Amino acid sequence: MTGLPRIIAGVIGGVVIAGAAAGFAVTWRPAIAAIDPPALASFDPALVKRGRELAAIGNCNDCHTVRGGKSFAGGLPVPTPFGTIYSSNITPDAATGIGRWSEQAFRRAMRSGVNRDGQHLYPTFPYDHFTHVSDQDDAALYAFLMTRPPVNAPPRANELSFPLDQRFVIAGWKLLFLRHGSFEPDSNKSAEWNRGAYLVEGLAHCGACHTPRNGLGAERPNAQFAGGDVDHWQAYPINAQSPAPVPWDAAALYAYLRQGFHPDHGTARGPMAEVVSNLSSVSESDVRAIATYMASVFGVPTPNQKNQGEAALAQAKSPAPVTLPSDPNATGASIYAAACATCHEAGRAVPYGGVNLALSTALSSPDPRNAVNIVLSGIRPVEGQRSPIMPGFAASMNDDQISALLRFLRARFSNQPPWSSVEKTVADARQTQTVFLQPSSGPHNAPADATQRDKP
Amino acid sequence: MMTLKVNGHDHQIESDPDTPLLYVLRDEIKLNAAKFGCGLGQCGACTVIVDGKAVLSCVTPVLLLEGKQVTTLEGLGTIDAPAPIQRAFMEEQAAQCGYCIAGMMMRAQALLQRNSKPTDEQIRVELEPNLCRCGTHMRILRAVHRAARLMDTADASSPMQGSAQ
Repeated sequence: MTGLPRIIAGVIGGVVIAGAAAGFAVTWRPAIAAIDPPALASFDPALVKRGRELAAIGNCNDCHTVRGGKSFAGGLPVPTPFGTIYSSNITPDAATGIGRWSEQAFRRAMRSGVNRDGQHLYPTFPYDHFTHVSDQDDAALYAFLMTRPPVNAPPRANELSFPLDQRFVIAGWKLLFLRHGSFEPDSNKSAEWNRGAYLVEGLAHCGACHTPRNGLGAERPNAQFAGGDVDHWQAYPINAQSPAPVPWDAAALYAYLRQGFHPDHGTARGPMAEVVSNLSSVSESDVRAIATYMASVFGVPTPNQKNQGEAALAQAKSPAPVTLPSDPNATGASIYAAACATCHEAGRAVPYGGVNLALSTALSSPDPRNAVNIVLSGIRPVEGQRSPIMPGFAASMNDDQISALLRFLRARFSNQPPWSSVEKTVADARQTQTVFLQPSSGPHNAPADATQRDKP
Repeated sequence: MMTLKVNGHDHQIESDPDTPLLYVLRDEIKLNAAKFGCGLGQCGACTVIVDGKAVLSCVTPVLLLEGKQVTTLEGLGTIDAPAPIQRAFMEEQAAQCGYCIAGMMMRAQALLQRNSKPTDEQIRVELEPNLCRCGTHMRILRAVHRAARLMDTADASSPMQGSAQ
């Protein structure tokens, strides 16, 4: 081989080596040395306490705890369009948890999505948000987690197909979508607003559910908070596109996030139940900050939205008109009158009385899923707490009857056009609901590590 | 006028279609086992079985029941020939005031029909919607286990009239 071919071969060889080196540099992360699990006494109780509140804001227990299982021991299946990913054990168990992780290893996982061994973590762990968490807050979270009871719970193997089961692929995802340090405080805004922005964009990772994702599973930056999917529920748009009949403001958001309900909006249920349950245990000022920031994301309601909100509130105060037998929704109206109105029009206060459905976001949303889910499975009361309750109707109504009811509710209680896909949504929800209704031993929204809540 | 199938018999119903099943059972068909507790589907005293599933009859309008099979406690057994679930509740003395017990038995019956050997945990979860204010929960738990054993033996295997499906 002489002359030109040799040069070409040389260039190709060089490119391959450079490519391999670049690929190695992108994908390879070193292991961080294992430590002996630190003694409980080595952590400042005040730091641990702060870590508990931060863990509640981060909703960590929700994904890292199987319903009815030991707190933070992982193993919860998280369905994604790419397969099922199981959450990891973040108790300080040396063999199966993070007991041998140093604070540096923990911080790297939060910031860059890499475990102690140097393996890339799937972005179901929302490090695209957690990368914004400060060093001090990571230290507090670390102190809190390392002082939980260790649980021996080996990780469950993810169910992903090739090539997504190869963790180096995640390095490419990060190259495209992981942005470090993109959160900057806005000096034109109040300290409370900035605190809220820091929490919402970072640890609270609201966008992980409420922002739609692209084909590669990354949040779409140009559709922030425009609504997403989670566990067969719709996470509502929480920006100017919010379908809530009454526009949200900071005071209503605060009450809702803190107590889990607001009289003008109803009760937080579905996956949001865990979130509000956690937020009920953190400092009031942080919840206010989140509410203040999110109110600015929702934006000032337009005069039209304001009028519609007032109309919805007025409708909620007035009794429903009598429906005529010729009404195309007469069957739905009869079902509503007998099965729903006794609670939803009784005028008892939310959350123990049903919200007047003129105020229901589920009914004014373009997507009927949440309304269908609630009608099918109802709302189970939380063990040991005063909590809302609604019977499910999966056993007493067939798909046609539930569809008829939903068409009536949509026509009667929202000012939106009819849903186009009610029947299919009901049939689909019934499928997933059979999974949902499997007896689970734990409460559906366990408070953040309830046994520990009053301790440091 | 609609036809309602209760405990294997057809009944012509005069009530309006949006009348809750509980009122039709008690007032029109005169079957008084199902009880009115809260009328809001929150206490379980009105539980009956519809096509094999436990249903709260106070929030179930009869118009939903066209072509379905309703079973009440009267359809399971009689005083002279109690069904296994009834025998079990008597033998365990699981009733105090008894108001919730008909509903408890119906929901337990529906559970046992699809799971003949439920665990303690499964019984607790299943009966969660049914409230008992007297506090006989431990006896109720034992009674459901006992009913499972009774149903397992050949002589007590099928409920009376065979209408609970």
